[in-house]
Amino acid sequence: MPFGQMERGTTVETVLTRAGIWLVVFILAIAAIALAADGAYAIHMGIVAAAALVALTATVTRADYTAAANSILRAPADPSRYDDDPIRWGIIATVFWGMAGFAAGLFIAAQLAWPVLNLEPYLNFGRLRPLHTSAVIFAFGGNALIATSFYIVQRTCRARLALPGVARFVFWGYQLFIVLAATGYLLGATQGKEYAEPEWYVDWWLTIVWVAYLAVFVGTILKRKEPHIYVANWFFLAFILTVAMLHVVNNLDVPVSIFGSRSYPVFGGVQGALVQWWYGHNAVGFFLTAGFLAMMYYFVPKQAERPVYSYRLSIIHFWSLIFLYIWAGPHHLHYTALPDWAQTLGMVFSVMLWMPSWGGMINGLMTLNGAWDKVRTDPIIRMMVMSLAFYGMSTFEGPMMSIKSVNSLSHYTDWTIGHVHSGALGWNGMITFAAIYFLVPRLWNRERLYSLRMVNWHFWLATAGIVFYAASMWVAGITQGLMWREYGADGYLVNSFAETVSALHPMYILRAFGGVLYLAGAVLLVVNVWATILGKLRSEKPMNDAAYDAEADRPYVPAMAN
Amino acid sequence: MSMTEKHKKLEKNVTLLGVAAFATVTIGGIVEIAPLFWIDNTIEEVEGMRPYTPLEQAGRDIYVREGCHVCHSQMIRPFRDEVERYGHYSLAAESMYDHPFQWGSKRTGPDLARVGGRYSDEWHVQHLQNPQSVVPESVMPQYGFLAETPLSVHDMGANLTALSRVGVPYTDDMIENADADMKAQANPMADTTGLSERYGETVNLRDFDGKPQKLTEMDALIAYLQVLGTMVDVNAAAAQEELASEKGR
Amino acid sequence: MTGHSFYETLRHLADSWGLLIMMLAFLVLAAWPFRPGARQRNEDAATMIFKDENDG
Repeated sequence: MPFGQMERGTTVETVLTRAGIWLVVFILAIAAIALAADGAYAIHMGIVAAAALVALTATVTRADYTAAANSILRAPADPSRYDDDPIRWGIIATVFWGMAGFAAGLFIAAQLAWPVLNLEPYLNFGRLRPLHTSAVIFAFGGNALIATSFYIVQRTCRARLALPGVARFVFWGYQLFIVLAATGYLLGATQGKEYAEPEWYVDWWLTIVWVAYLAVFVGTILKRKEPHIYVANWFFLAFILTVAMLHVVNNLDVPVSIFGSRSYPVFGGVQGALVQWWYGHNAVGFFLTAGFLAMMYYFVPKQAERPVYSYRLSIIHFWSLIFLYIWAGPHHLHYTALPDWAQTLGMVFSVMLWMPSWGGMINGLMTLNGAWDKVRTDPIIRMMVMSLAFYGMSTFEGPMMSIKSVNSLSHYTDWTIGHVHSGALGWNGMITFAAIYFLVPRLWNRERLYSLRMVNWHFWLATAGIVFYAASMWVAGITQGLMWREYGADGYLVNSFAETVSALHPMYILRAFGGVLYLAGAVLLVVNVWATILGKLRSEKPMNDAAYDAEADRPYVPAMAN
Repeated sequence: MSMTEKHKKLEKNVTLLGVAAFATVTIGGIVEIAPLFWIDNTIEEVEGMRPYTPLEQAGRDIYVREGCHVCHSQMIRPFRDEVERYGHYSLAAESMYDHPFQWGSKRTGPDLARVGGRYSDEWHVQHLQNPQSVVPESVMPQYGFLAETPLSVHDMGANLTALSRVGVPYTDDMIENADADMKAQANPMADTTGLSERYGETVNLRDFDGKPQKLTEMDALIAYLQVLGTMVDVNAAAAQEELASEKGR
Repeated sequence: MTGHSFYETLRHLADSWGLLIMMLAFLVLAAWPFRPGARQRNEDAATMIFKDENDG
């Protein structure tokens, strides 16, 4: 039963209750604006009031906004049994926030090369960097995860989404979280903890949305028609549960006032540092790894049209990955004031983590066993293979950098930035692009993508961009690390800090150039997705056509001599 | 029930799967984090640590707001080059009142853990307004607006109350006088006996931004920068003895 | 005794019996999916995503 029909079926009491809730939220938000202790809080409450007003109007008028939105988005009129509306919105949101996040990244890369681009106070690097990281991780990655998890859980459970109204709340609630977080950074409302910057009320809001997300996901699994729970859903489940735990514990704060944005975290100093990096590292481990591995375990077999290489390996992969990852956080705190035993534990588990990571990579790559020709002929498969290759590379680099002696050189330098981006641009970016290219024709019921050749171009632009990015940051990081510790024959430090900064200038320009290439590839994604949704087909030579000349396909016949 | 059936059950029961996965991911965190709160060698016992004055804390809030930690660490590692460049390696005790901690993870700019007292207030003002005028190679953004923005904290006492709830030992006296102390520290004309009684004789009492008649965000930020790393005398005999008994590093 | 010796006790436990138990648990858990009885079910699970193609 489509969502619109069910809405019309709801009773007057339900509508009144919902409208009442939105009205109360609206009034509270207006009151909070009046009482606000700081500007950022007032603006945020204005955004909340506007969102509540929109929700209130939508509830009271009871117009079929879904149908209207679907005609704008040219969504097919529910041709399949599955509830795909929130997934279509999610894919569009993923592409939109991806562009915003990549553009912000390119801009701050340029700021590091040319500091004149800093526009105080709102567009200074210190405020824009969290905007970039949150946009790509939580907005681009988060929307991709929510959309694909809703898609996969329905297909693998052979059941429509449980709680369709809640699923829509998850989508819109998550977008509100993104808008509040992003505007907060520009206005200076931040907790000052990496990847956990949003202030306390935004954290609370995300907690509510996340619990709703868990309810939809688990609810769908509970009503499944398939006895077995497919392994992709295990990874999604672990991702949702663990992120909930990390988010709640790391964001325990005491607000200064319920009418102000400032709060102080419960954990400070050395305990705060460990809790933060337990969170920060597992944001990588569960948000950017477990969740995206779930995508890998569904989309790679589907696109390759063959089952995953070893289902047993995937089970071992799952349990060992989630067990080991959680220990690795202290490798962000090597040689700091954190007790030595915790650093050692973090290092040992980080090195061990190499094994399940590569187990997963091998499982993904070997799925193509017997169909390796697809890497040549199918650009979407090629993207998936490249993403797994970058996953393998960065999960080797990570354990290596967590060894204390390597870390003593790499920490605090751009090597870390390069490492993060080979994982984020290579693994998360590429697998997400591949999933989008897989999903868009299916979700909009199109014969195929607008253009596979543009996918090919996207692949090469993104790959070249990552190479420029990672290579320049390796050089920058090692240069900086070595220059900091360089001693002259006289026994004094050779370089002032400022000299190490100016030495990196060319590398920062090269990095920005890599960003231009990556962003250019993403522009092709936008065009391709847009045209596919509009139902256009680019007339082009098919990608997987091997050249064939019937005339030449015969034995050599020497010309007759006259 | 055989083992096989038990495992089958796990694969088919989402509640069981969820509980097992959640149990698996909690172990590592508990083993690593919990001991930090009760093993005695987590934080050294050293002399001199005190909570930040209201002005310093207001400056710290600005430091957090502007995201300074994305480019500046506050954690000196125990290597020869770092100790020579920045000073004695950082102790856990030195950030015990830092909520949030600002150790940082990247040095696009130099470490600031012991920047206090290294440069004059005038240098800081000029550097924050136009970093390239002092350090031509710098890629730091300009923060001139701090000197133009009056320091406006809704109720500094509420900030200190919140901090005291998370474990910073602010007394009722400190909380009551928070707003007055914040203004007095940067005002050369003010009576600062109360402030000195509450926070000690070593507190920097002066105008920081070169505009004695105005209390700006620049005053607060520089007051914070100038106290960084100066509270503990790490070379004192007692501190050295405590460090000698420390495990690791 | 003080917390310091408790720390030492924990450290010794982690280096000996704790390590052994973790290792054994790991081996058992890693071998688990490879038990013979699971072969058919694993195959079914791996191919279930291809059973129904109405989703395109």
